Amino acid sequence: MPEAEFSPVKLALKGVTKSFGPHQVLKGIDMEIAAGEMVCLIGPSGSGKSTLLRCMNLLEPIDDGYVYLDGADISEPGLDLRLIRRRIGIVFQAFNLFPHMSAMDNVLLAPRRALRKSREEVMPDAEALFARFGLADHMNKFPDQLSGGQQQRVAVIRALAMRPEVMLFDEITSALDPELVEEVLDILRQLRADGMTMVLATHEMQFAREAADRVCFMDDGVIVEEGAPEAIFANPQRERTKAFLKGVLRRQV
Amino acid sequence: MNRRQRYEARQRRRSGLIATASTLIVLAAIYLLIPLAPGWERVKASFFNWDVFARTFPTLLEAFLLDIAIFLWSAPIIAVLGLLIALCRAVQSPALFPLRIFGALYVDIFRGIPVVLVIYLVGFGVPGLGLPRPWNSPYIWGTVALVLTYSPYVAEILRSGIESIHQSQRAAAISLGLSERDTMRYVILPQAIRRVVPANMNIFIALQKDVALLSFIGPVEILRQAGIFKSLLANFTPYVAAAVIFLAITIPATRYADYLMARERNARG
Repeated sequence: MPEAEFSPVKLALKGVTKSFGPHQVLKGIDMEIAAGEMVCLIGPSGSGKSTLLRCMNLLEPIDDGYVYLDGADISEPGLDLRLIRRRIGIVFQAFNLFPHMSAMDNVLLAPRRALRKSREEVMPDAEALFARFGLADHMNKFPDQLSGGQQQRVAVIRALAMRPEVMLFDEITSALDPELVEEVLDILRQLRADGMTMVLATHEMQFAREAADRVCFMDDGVIVEEGAPEAIFANPQRERTKAFLKGVLRRQV
Repeated sequence: MNRRQRYEARQRRRSGLIATASTLIVLAAIYLLIPLAPGWERVKASFFNWDVFARTFPTLLEAFLLDIAIFLWSAPIIAVLGLLIALCRAVQSPALFPLRIFGALYVDIFRGIPVVLVIYLVGFGVPGLGLPRPWNSPYIWGTVALVLTYSPYVAEILRSGIESIHQSQRAAAISLGLSERDTMRYVILPQAIRRVVPANMNIFIALQKDVALLSFIGPVEILRQAGIFKSLLANFTPYVAAAVIFLAITIPATRYADYLMARERNARG
């Protein structure tokens, strides 16, 4: 993929640190994500993957460092974060659908309230997304009437309805029964085919290996090693990476 | 029937028999022992006089309509004011800090004073300023007293509801680009209000009973009407009749609130 080399940087982090109380969760993260790239963050629980994602859309304010979107510093304190968050979608491990609204209303809420569009204006777009991801028959159901996999797909649609430029996925298959994981991963494959810029925190090593452009191994708040999936999985350089992969791959294969 | 079902049926029969027997014993004891009390004949004549009951009941029922009316116009005001106070206390914006302090003070003060006292202070105190009609009406100031007393309870219940909505709902809403205000209005509040409906119903049942306290400052509602009959007929039966009328409303309402509460618990189980 020679053209990938020339893709402009979409999202960049420079020296990002973040602490919760005395515990430093991110210890200086530098990262560049090219437009259309799919980056997988792997690493043990508590290594800082989720926090890193939540710092990328500034859901968590960062302590120090910079976050750039299209080259503009979005971590400058005092910026109107609403405008930035509309451009960066995020999907959570526990879906976080609004339980008192139908699937359709979950999807329409943000375009209507944040973008001030009318229901009629956004409806066709939303319907097309539901149809595309196999949920045309479930648009008017409430979250508690849907399976975990369906709920998570609705959550993805809800984020996509804002037409974000970057999508963040925080272990979105970890709360699912094993037989439902594949239907959610399929969505990610489709988005990748569309050229969406994506960052995933994931425990699905097989998926990361097969689908990612780049894999970053995180441990204890730092990116220990990164590179093409084949390089990381087949030929890790660092001891910590080797130990981690040895542990998880034995379980998953 | 299999072995287990036979065993359970036997157990159920046994429990049923024991419950029936013990209830009968208690009822028999009440029936036999109370008339032995030295004053029973007098109590029976002055509290449970059927003639007085039948004569006063229709008028009391009519007077109770006034209680219902006071309840019906107070309840919505209490609900709205309670919501406003709860929002004042939940909102983080520094510009609203004075409102937050005010909300906290308001809740502390009016939750800490007996209802009767607020009714006396407001109901006698404010008209004492010599306001012209209709602004000296005990209906207005009685209503104000009820609103002042009850909205803090509603506010606290709503606030607990708002705080019970998981942080992840807010995270989902604001990461979609919604403002804090829209997040509260469309995501947090609808869930919070639904969750505290049963608890608020109990508050409104208490309000329905406390409307009778306005009798102290003038309106001839059911409690005052019963007092008039008591003086007129030298008999306490009208109070019993009033109690019966209250129970006819509050027992079904309480049961319904309990039912809602149980359903809410199961739904969240």
